[in-house]
Amino acid sequence: MKRYLPLIVFFGMVVFLGIGLTLDPRKIPSPLVNKPAPDFNLRQLHQPDAEPVSLESMRGQVWLLNVWASWCVSCRAEHPLLVELSKTGEVPIYGLNYKDEDEAAKTWLRQWGNPYTASVVDADGRVGIDFGVYGVPETFLIDREGVIRYKQIGPFTRADLFDKMMPLVRQLQSGTAGEGA
Amino acid sequence: MRTLTAALWLALALLAPTAGFAREAVPNAEDPVVEERMMALASELRCLVCQNQTLAASEASLAEDFRREIRDKIKEGMSDEEIVTFLVDRYGDFVRYRPPLRPATVLLWFGPVLLMGIGLVALVATLRRRRSLAEEPELSAEERKLAEKLLKGKDAT
Repeated sequence: MKRYLPLIVFFGMVVFLGIGLTLDPRKIPSPLVNKPAPDFNLRQLHQPDAEPVSLESMRGQVWLLNVWASWCVSCRAEHPLLVELSKTGEVPIYGLNYKDEDEAAKTWLRQWGNPYTASVVDADGRVGIDFGVYGVPETFLIDREGVIRYKQIGPFTRADLFDKMMPLVRQLQSGTAGEGA
Repeated sequence: MRTLTAALWLALALLAPTAGFAREAVPNAEDPVVEERMMALASELRCLVCQNQTLAASEASLAEDFRREIRDKIKEGMSDEEIVTFLVDRYGDFVRYRPPLRPATVLLWFGPVLLMGIGLVALVATLRRRRSLAEEPELSAEERKLAEKLLKGKDAT
């Protein structure tokens, strides 16, 4: 038995280090999930003179807040998926245009398609900090009461979006719809 | 006249570097007290983009935003503790370089002590065993005689 002790310790380490390899240190669990979303009041990208969008104005619907920027390379990667989702009309997607220039952002949307019901402008990144944003893209699923239900860090994969998050969206939509009817 | 010109040039050349230093100090001069508190706080907090750097050391644009946020909060009169809480509420304990003591971090805090304890016990056990091994082996009378004979024989030659 004693002879095998180093071997046992070795395999123990292999198991732990192996688990460590599957973890992504960039994905930091957000303390904001299942907490009320921070309040904000931001002007719209395309209609700067229209009523600013606030958390209050979104109350009563399940919606996605996608943090994006024209300078963000991984945003390009997930963008076709968002466009695809927006075409189904299942859930409104709002964009938080993070630390970007209006003109660059508009050009980017013209070029790659605009999946957003509206984009709001967070030019200096303050609202981003309130939402605990530390890398773009990030996406928040917010329920009818304004509570964050899910946070996607980094670009969506097809599986993340359609198999993981959308079922949650439908669940939230049907849940409160039943109560309201 | 010529020496005077030369002396002037020399004086200018000697002054030039100090002029350079003077310019570098300007950004911090805005409000040194706030800046100092901000840097002290920032060196306790992690930059989330380049995770092994503090907010104070990082050049990432997010770190720049964090420093601005901390500066503003200090000016608003928030205490250091309130500012850290503000960031922890949004980014989690990970932003702190000194994780707080909670059930989830007990192993983190006391793991090293535990490992050292195990190491010490193993060390003492090993040393004890070695000492008993190193004790002089018993020789039988016959062996002793043989050894003495060999030693003497060696001396003789």
